[in-house]
Amino acid sequence: MLESLVHSCLAGLSTGMFIWLVASGLTLIFGVLGVLNFAHGSFYMLGAYFCFTLLSLMGDNFWLGLAFGPLCVCIVGFVMERYFLRYVYHLYLPYQLLLTFAFVLIFDDLVKLIWGAGSIGSPTVPGLAGSVLITGRPFPTYSLFIMTVGPLLALGLWLILEKTWAGRIIRAASSDREMAAALGVRVPALYTAVFVFGTWLGAMGGGLAVPYVGLLTPGMGETIIIDAFVVAVIGGLGSLKGAFLGALIIGLLSSFGTRFIPTFDMFLTFILMAVVLLWRPQGLFGEAS
Amino acid sequence: MGRYLPHLIVGLLGLVFVAIGLFAGRFVLYLTMRVMLLSIFALGYNLLLGRTGLLSFGHGAFYAAGSYGMALFYLHVSSDPLLGIIAGLALAAFTALIIGFFCVRHTEIYFAMLTLAFGMMVFSLIWNLRDITGGDDGLVGIGRGPLLGFSIAKDSQYYFLVLFCFALTVWLIHRIRSSAFGLILAGIRENPQRTSFAGLSVKGYRLAAFVISAVFAGLAGSLGAMLESNTDPFSAHWTHSAEPVLVSLIGGLQTFSGPIAGSVIFVVLRETIERFTQNWMLWFGMILLVIIMGFRGGAMGAPERLLRRIVRKSREEGAS
Repeated sequence: MLESLVHSCLAGLSTGMFIWLVASGLTLIFGVLGVLNFAHGSFYMLGAYFCFTLLSLMGDNFWLGLAFGPLCVCIVGFVMERYFLRYVYHLYLPYQLLLTFAFVLIFDDLVKLIWGAGSIGSPTVPGLAGSVLITGRPFPTYSLFIMTVGPLLALGLWLILEKTWAGRIIRAASSDREMAAALGVRVPALYTAVFVFGTWLGAMGGGLAVPYVGLLTPGMGETIIIDAFVVAVIGGLGSLKGAFLGALIIGLLSSFGTRFIPTFDMFLTFILMAVVLLWRPQGLFGEAS
Repeated sequence: MGRYLPHLIVGLLGLVFVAIGLFAGRFVLYLTMRVMLLSIFALGYNLLLGRTGLLSFGHGAFYAAGSYGMALFYLHVSSDPLLGIIAGLALAAFTALIIGFFCVRHTEIYFAMLTLAFGMMVFSLIWNLRDITGGDDGLVGIGRGPLLGFSIAKDSQYYFLVLFCFALTVWLIHRIRSSAFGLILAGIRENPQRTSFAGLSVKGYRLAAFVISAVFAGLAGSLGAMLESNTDPFSAHWTHSAEPVLVSLIGGLQTFSGPIAGSVIFVVLRETIERFTQNWMLWFGMILLVIIMGFRGGAMGAPERLLRRIVRKSREEGAS
């Protein structure tokens, strides 16, 4: 009994950290640009496919694929922000959301065209492939790896945003765009940079997902984007700390939900999202404005 | 002459629809019915988005409520299509009343996220409550009993029921838009604060618009269940909820006929593109991009403006 609880906990934490990898970029982009990006799931998907292709080209070296795959997706993110999104910031909300949704449709089909509509099995990572015994039961090593990467990413983002010059400017532009512009910050360029960085985070999540989810399918972005939305909402839209904690909550909730009430597992997640939106729209860990 | 132009256009279009029902082959008949169902869905939806200014990402849930309400009624109670549709509408309205009660507390992005959450809750219920809803298979074998003594079993007969509902929807939406109620909704979109200062309950009106749009979604859903003779759990999924948004946008958010034109474009485009390639979403996405980047009035934006100008001019001439 105890060991199975421990394993549910571990599975929940690793799922949570996995969602966090994707939700971080979404939250960063929303926090700074104020755009809820449906296409973030597509960046995740593109990241996975690019990493997969590159690692097969480079002699099945997972780390090389992970290093270069997300960079390719950054180009896509750059084009999307610089030539499209930039022109709709001032528009009515549906236009922004639907612009990103149009990209979801385009990317989904492009992936089908390039890589085929079927699923692709992914390779394992040497050194992280097996499992380790925890309380007498095997637990995938790769999940442990994800559980380490997640907090490291959080730490890295925190350091960048709080301790560096670039982070200060990003925070300034996100709290008052006009004031930052008046003080000489090139806000449009900054927006592009943040969007590309967010893209990189999403694609990185996809790259790391390659061995984690096992299968690559053209629709993989649509499932994860909703999880990422839920996490971002629960933590408070735009709050990275909130997204991190929100991801842990959702991970644990879904892992224990699957275990104890499998019928209402998915329902539980969305009811939590709705309750948070109604009770604390700024998120569980956000500050009221 | 010009002032009767709108009536003339509506009359001609009506004739075209009747002619399709009388003479068209099975495929065109089916496509036209799909266009009309999507139009009903989108016309109701645009009352909320275009008129009241609320972006819902959960209207698929009400479409599904309509279809499952209708299907469950057919399978467990009676095969009467009229009562079935009423059951579907009732379930959709009931669901919308509960969901809307919570959702209208917010606007903008929070409203969109709340409706998304509730819509996905409905989806997860349909998906997981296998015993009632059939889970991922949906409910199958929904037939069409006689309607007031007339058989509607054949598609060519059923077409006229759909056409009737479509015409009824167009008429109702037109009445709602030009009523005091419709003007208040537009007032809420433009300036909720002033509307509330005028002594009107903004939340109450938003809820009313929400439920009305959901009832039309339910109508489309229950007619859809009879057309396909099954229900699809994915009709409650958020990707389906995005459909009326896209359709309204293609046709033009601030127009009356936009959702209809958008539905025609959506369905016809899909069929045409799918003949040549598997990748219709790619082309559709690009068309969306073009519309959002350059033609935000939508397909009907300019034509409706032109029509209004002609009507106004001829009225002025008549007066002088």
